[in-house]
Amino acid sequence: MVALLASLALAGCGNTGDAATAEAAGANFAAGAVEKPVLKFGFIKLTDMAPLAIAKEKGFFAEEGLNVTLEPQANWKVLLDGVIGGQLDGAHMLAGQPIAATIGYGTKADLIAPLSLDLNGNAITVSNKVWEQVKPNLPMEGGKPKHPISASVLQPVVASFKQQGKPFNMGMVFPVSTHNYELRYWLAAGGLNPGYYTPGDVGGTVDADVQLSVTPPPQMPATLEAGTIEGYCVGEPWNQAAVQKKIGVPIITDDEIWNDNPEKVFGLRKDFADKYPATTAAMLRAIIKAQQWLDADNGANRVEAVKILSQPNYVGADEEVIAASMTGKFTFEPGDTRDAPGFNIFFDKYAGYPYYSDAIWYLTQMRRWGQIPEDHPDQWYFERAKAVYRPDLYLTAANALVEAGTIPADSVPKTDGYRGEQSGFIDGITYNGKQPNAYLAKFKIGLKKGQKVSASGVTGS
Amino acid sequence: MATAYADLAGSGETCQDRRTMPETGTEATGSEGAVRSSPVPPVFNMRAITSKFGLSLAAPILGVVAFLMAWGVLAPQVDTSLGALPGPGEVAEQGVALFEEWQAAKQSEADFYSAQDARIAAGTQPQAFDYAGPPTFLDQIVTSLQTVALGFALASIVAVPIGLAAGLSPLFNAAINPLVQIMKPVSPLAWLPIVTMVVSATITSADPTLAKSFVISAIVVMLCSLWPTLINTAVGTASIDKDLLAVGRVLKLGTFAKLTKLVLPSALPYIFTGMRLSLGVGWMVLIAAEMLAQNPGLGKFVWDEFQNGSSQSLARIMFAVIVIGLIGFLLDRLMMGVERFAGRNRTV
Repeated sequence: MVALLASLALAGCGNTGDAATAEAAGANFAAGAVEKPVLKFGFIKLTDMAPLAIAKEKGFFAEEGLNVTLEPQANWKVLLDGVIGGQLDGAHMLAGQPIAATIGYGTKADLIAPLSLDLNGNAITVSNKVWEQVKPNLPMEGGKPKHPISASVLQPVVASFKQQGKPFNMGMVFPVSTHNYELRYWLAAGGLNPGYYTPGDVGGTVDADVQLSVTPPPQMPATLEAGTIEGYCVGEPWNQAAVQKKIGVPIITDDEIWNDNPEKVFGLRKDFADKYPATTAAMLRAIIKAQQWLDADNGANRVEAVKILSQPNYVGADEEVIAASMTGKFTFEPGDTRDAPGFNIFFDKYAGYPYYSDAIWYLTQMRRWGQIPEDHPDQWYFERAKAVYRPDLYLTAANALVEAGTIPADSVPKTDGYRGEQSGFIDGITYNGKQPNAYLAKFKIGLKKGQKVSASGVTGS
Repeated sequence: MATAYADLAGSGETCQDRRTMPETGTEATGSEGAVRSSPVPPVFNMRAITSKFGLSLAAPILGVVAFLMAWGVLAPQVDTSLGALPGPGEVAEQGVALFEEWQAAKQSEADFYSAQDARIAAGTQPQAFDYAGPPTFLDQIVTSLQTVALGFALASIVAVPIGLAAGLSPLFNAAINPLVQIMKPVSPLAWLPIVTMVVSATITSADPTLAKSFVISAIVVMLCSLWPTLINTAVGTASIDKDLLAVGRVLKLGTFAKLTKLVLPSALPYIFTGMRLSLGVGWMVLIAAEMLAQNPGLGKFVWDEFQNGSSQSLARIMFAVIVIGLIGFLLDRLMMGVERFAGRNRTV
């Protein structure tokens, strides 16, 4: 208490007058339209929560008549439980979370994703020790390693770990996270098996060459430094944090694994959206406006966004660490900073529209690695995707903004919800959301039709 | 970490052997307590004066200064991935920064309300909102104090009656003894998931009067802090002078009169000692519960800063540690005052 008093005296009148909440002048309140104006949203300390922070700080929520509190959560499990239990009205979520909750993998609950928050934004980082072993074998281009780097370069390292009887461990953030599927995709594309899930378990290490485990994003650098894991896949700023602290080197970005992959979503309970349709539309309008703000004028607002995100109540990392990935650049090693204009896309390229085909891609990966223990016909995939991803809600909100002239009409796609044949994967395999089973058959590593996983291995033809 | 908390929670360990005297917490009282209990020295005894002065003022100052110096010298040599470990200067700086943040938050809150009032007056906003800014460090302190107060009150309400019953009836004592012995050493971290699920299932209203997270923390505090009070009450009640009870029988006192006139007054000092230990345990448990469960409060502040991983994070966490320690110390002193007051008014 003495120290506190001392600091009170020292501080004097050092009021910075930092009126953080930008008050929207001429707020547009449709009287009585919003059923539940006081809301609490959860987020994880990652830069892709930016649309929520911006919607609050730039007054977009207030414009829609919403009084929103944003609360950081310790990890994805706590966040999910908060949304399911009703402590949170909505949250910055992993795309896999509402999907898994709806199909009953983990906690069963009816969650929906009416909006996708961003494209890309993750990277895979390996420890300095692994990087030193890998780097001499990399093809160089202009004095820098040629990108993208295939996971096959890890094979000798993994083999030497095996010889010494040590597991090669890597971290990801949640069993149904984008990071898990991206890391698995990259490893499998490089000929390394990341392991299968047996029914009901969340370890996913059957037949694994590389053992994956869960660590909350902000603890990734510390865990890597402690030597518990040799690498990880996580969102920003935690790859740049490893660069800054000189404890690891990002080896590949998710944009290089799957060009313009869909990332986080805004998730909420289905009964909430049913009960409060106007509130749901209002929050989506606010988030869409924030997404537009983030990508406006070729990212002119990003510097301001970085400043907001570096506040301790949002992402809280140092400004230069956040800026290292959010302002069109990405640093791989000291001296190896490359242009990465598409590293975080929030609005352009229809980033906000929740495509069914994106949901189906996540479902195919859940099947590929055994989280969905049995085969299902294509129709099953379509139905599950339609239950979770809700472009109808997105379009209600987006079209209202188009009508009001806030966003251009061509920023809302005319689509049946399927992106069509997609290429841009690191292994050259193409993906068509309308043929999930045919897609699954293309993978060299991954469960095939009729295969099941038990603790002793994969069985079935 | 779990083991560390378990150890902490276990340090409130009281009377394993129920026949011994209850613990009086001398380890926390330290030198000052010793001085107070010694007879008043004659005024002209210079040696006694210097030794009293030395014990009560000079020695503690010397100790703190030596600690600060050692900290200032040693900390910069520990290089973490968040930069060197902050010394006392950086920590004080962050204390100031936290205060400034609080001022800024107050300012933006005031701005929010004045802008809102203007909008309501202009008719553009149909209803008034509460300010939804992030909680400041001071808000977190207040939340933590409220939570520990509720948990401690609940613990006392539960523990004192059970302790009285156990002290009066050897049969009841024997019945609950195994339960108490097993529940007592359980770490708050083990209770947390169970309490979380139970509270989430019990509080189903969309807008409860008490936030779920607040109730969860308070109940965890209660579960971990009720044991010292319970055991001390039982020991205090059981060790009542048998002659007193005999007198009570002669006077044909009813059960209630016996309880209020004889048992409670003689057990009161024991009960208050138990409560003081309980409050100390409760405060330690609370911080752990807040960290793990993400319930608002100082624990969440520490955990959020840890997750931030910015270059100021460590200094801010250290500042929080100092504040947590100071508050724990003040709470202990508060209970000691109450304890002494109760002891003085003993009327048996």
